[in-house]
Amino acid sequence: MSVRILFLGPLRDLADSPEMLVDAPLDWAGLLAAVGPAVAAQLGEARVNVACGGRVLADKTALAAQDGDEVALLPPVSGG
Amino acid sequence: MAEISLSTPLDTRLIEQHLPAGEALAVFNAAYPGAGAVVSFLGNVRPDDTVEALELTHYELLTLPGIESLAQQALDRFALTGVLAWHRVGVMVPGDPIVLVAAAARHRRDAFAGAEFLMDHLKSASWLWKREKRADGWHWIEPRAVDHGDRARWE
Repeated sequence: MSVRILFLGPLRDLADSPEMLVDAPLDWAGLLAAVGPAVAAQLGEARVNVACGGRVLADKTALAAQDGDEVALLPPVSGG
Repeated sequence: MAEISLSTPLDTRLIEQHLPAGEALAVFNAAYPGAGAVVSFLGNVRPDDTVEALELTHYELLTLPGIESLAQQALDRFALTGVLAWHRVGVMVPGDPIVLVAAAARHRRDAFAGAEFLMDHLKSASWLWKREKRADGWHWIEPRAVDHGDRARWE
């Protein structure tokens, strides 16, 4: 089983594909290692959020994704 | 689009194709016969000589739930009797409707404030990502400082 990582908005352009599958469980260090240096650098910025299982994490470094979880990387937003 | 059936008191949608603003407002107005005031805002993709198209992407697990929560906050905070918040996603061209909000209330000040609250949050605090297509390709857009300021005044 695995964890799905989704790259939203401009992060999609920095990653090789819009999503990737990695082995569960996945913590913050594992996430940084999995996504490659360009996305990892962005994740270090406070204005980039992380959601796990449809909930935005108050502390993204506390990420603890389990089998079947979806982890979304959320850069700054811009709506209508 | 077939005849619009509105859910009350909140109707929030992400719309993949054309946003039927006129029809939606007619149905919204009819749904709240007791409201003394209905205020609406329609945002269109701003015509710009350098922008050929605009694309909004969203995240299934967060975007619509977030807009639903925002609509509920507006309903509670301004004593509204009804809220409509519809946002386009996908590819649009200049002139296309991109967002429609409407607020129904007993009195006009609540309706004005509700509509403005909704828009200020949709602009800079909803899970949407916007990019523009210009002659040299696609460019991601971030909210302007003024958009953050517009939202901060409600805190």
